[in-house]
Amino acid sequence: MKRRTFTKLTASLSLAAGLFGTTALAEDNMRIALVVKALGIGFFEAAAEGAEEAAQELGGVEIIYTGPTDTTAEGQIEVINSLIAQGVDAIAVSANDTDALVPTLKKAMQRGITVISWDSGVAEDGRQMHLNPSSNALIGNMIIKLAADHLPEGGDVAVLSATTTSTNQNIWIEEMNKVMGDYPGINVVATVYGDDLADKSYREATGLMQSHPDLDAIIAPTSVGIVAAAQAVVDAGKVGEVNVTGLGLPSEMAGAIENGASQSFAIWNPIDLGYSAAMIAHALASGAATAAPGSEISIGRVGTITLDETSSAAMADPFVYDASNIDQFKSIF
Amino acid sequence: MNTSSRTIPDRLRSPLEQRLKSWETLLLLVAIGIFVANSLASPYFLNAWNLSDATFNFTEKAMIAFAMALLIISGEIDLSVASIIALASTAMGAAVQMGVGTPGLVLIGLGVGLLCGAFNGVLVTRFGLPSIVVTIGTMSLFRGISYIVLGDQAFRGYPASFSWFGQGYVWWVISFEFVLFAIIAVIYAVLLHKTNFGRAVYAIGNNATGAMFSGIRVQRVKFTLFLLTGLMSGIAAICLTARLGSTRPSIATGWELEIVTMVVLGGVSILGGSGTIVGVVIAAFVMGLVTFGLGLLNVPGIVMSIVIGALLIGVIALPRLWSMWRAR
Repeated sequence: MKRRTFTKLTASLSLAAGLFGTTALAEDNMRIALVVKALGIGFFEAAAEGAEEAAQELGGVEIIYTGPTDTTAEGQIEVINSLIAQGVDAIAVSANDTDALVPTLKKAMQRGITVISWDSGVAEDGRQMHLNPSSNALIGNMIIKLAADHLPEGGDVAVLSATTTSTNQNIWIEEMNKVMGDYPGINVVATVYGDDLADKSYREATGLMQSHPDLDAIIAPTSVGIVAAAQAVVDAGKVGEVNVTGLGLPSEMAGAIENGASQSFAIWNPIDLGYSAAMIAHALASGAATAAPGSEISIGRVGTITLDETSSAAMADPFVYDASNIDQFKSIF
Repeated sequence: MNTSSRTIPDRLRSPLEQRLKSWETLLLLVAIGIFVANSLASPYFLNAWNLSDATFNFTEKAMIAFAMALLIISGEIDLSVASIIALASTAMGAAVQMGVGTPGLVLIGLGVGLLCGAFNGVLVTRFGLPSIVVTIGTMSLFRGISYIVLGDQAFRGYPASFSWFGQGYVWWVISFEFVLFAIIAVIYAVLLHKTNFGRAVYAIGNNATGAMFSGIRVQRVKFTLFLLTGLMSGIAAICLTARLGSTRPSIATGWELEIVTMVVLGGVSILGGSGTIVGVVIAAFVMGLVTFGLGLLNVPGIVMSIVIGALLIGVIALPRLWSMWRAR
């Protein structure tokens, strides 16, 4: 960032000195803007790192990592307006507001700029495609796979969910039940609800271990539940007997991985997300791919995505975090 | 606040000298300097459409800044303006869900603005409460109502004719918002500098007691100023809502301080009693040009706030330091 500003300044100084023709320094590069909800958030800094990785792999691509100071739609609009003015080739945005950005992003598309959203989406007419970090089916499969991977002989598992009415968790558990046939020997013996409250989740997890003494794993597809369950396992002295897994944040789960209460857990990988957003933006802006329902776009090392009828796509399986990589990610988010 | 001591000059300057040394001239030089620097620093700056886009960064805030300037000159302040925007926008959003058309929406936006302004005005003028305390309270109150109504939801579905207020162009690159900004600037310049009401505002800001004994209805003037500030917040709410096409309770967060910054940068004394509308107009352009110019260089927003802060302190401190140095 600093160097870029400096380059611009030198360019302008030489222009002022009458040396015309030096302003087109970086104009041959394709410029992809990665617009985030706000600057200074670890998750997005990691995404920017991924986008830079994609730029290096592609070559001739310049990533402009930018965003407002706080998470407001107005701030993002100001940022996008200045990107439109610079005539960037593509804008990849994680939106603070599904609808408020639409008029501005429409204007960007009218001026020939490729617009995609990632992580947090924009309404359909404000972008060409949207990249979700994962999909419900992939998450449902992942949470049972995480438990099964450490139970080669089969075993009893229980689910610690959020509330009975939590839409996301209910869909994921439903998707998990659909693929249970792929994991023979694994029995789900109970599903309990910790209401996404730390103390209630802790009590429910303790109760599970008392009523099912042979329990082998607790699956908590919620970042609150998984931390509480890991603590309950430690306090019950069942580390090594009961494996806690599910969806959690590396920063909150680092302790549970270190003390062995959790072998592994999953969540999206922000580096891959930024990498994929940059790859897709490049593919669309260069014309190598088109954004239409059903079209396939290749995203380098992450694989290939297929757009659904709303031109959205799921990037990949949730990323698995264990003792081998927790140290790298625990400081990020 | 309104009994600040004023030094009586021992020698009057010639009108030309006075004009050259005025705040507005200094600010205009700063604005021109920023404009030139921007044109040199970025090849994208000098483009009619880009400059037109840049005006959206300040037009809505400046509309409120004019009313705020009068309020500050009179020795009062209104920190609830951004929250009035949120409440007015929420009311319009709720009306859209009930099928109200564009004219109705505009009336609701203006009406809610006026009501909020009247509420502030009554608390300050009837109950004699300090405006800074009252409006810090209503800042939380008005936005709080929006949060209760909307939570994490959003109102959308504004009619296409309504979006013209925030996205429409009157002629070529001249947006409706910019025209409205210019008209409001002229109205406020006339109101402040050419009418009895304007003189009364200065008089109150310099010495409220003296103004009262001169037959000025101090409380009534102040109440009117709160009404005007509320009304301008309502107009800004219409423009911003139309531009965004949706309402969330976090709309216009933090604008109150940007608006006060604009007013103070425009040479209005925060202690009341002096200031001009021309100064506020130039300050609006300065702030708009700085943020847009830095945006073109992809300078992060955090650095941008630092630049604005430094600019404010610099522009205010330099003339004072200069006169201190001269007085030695």
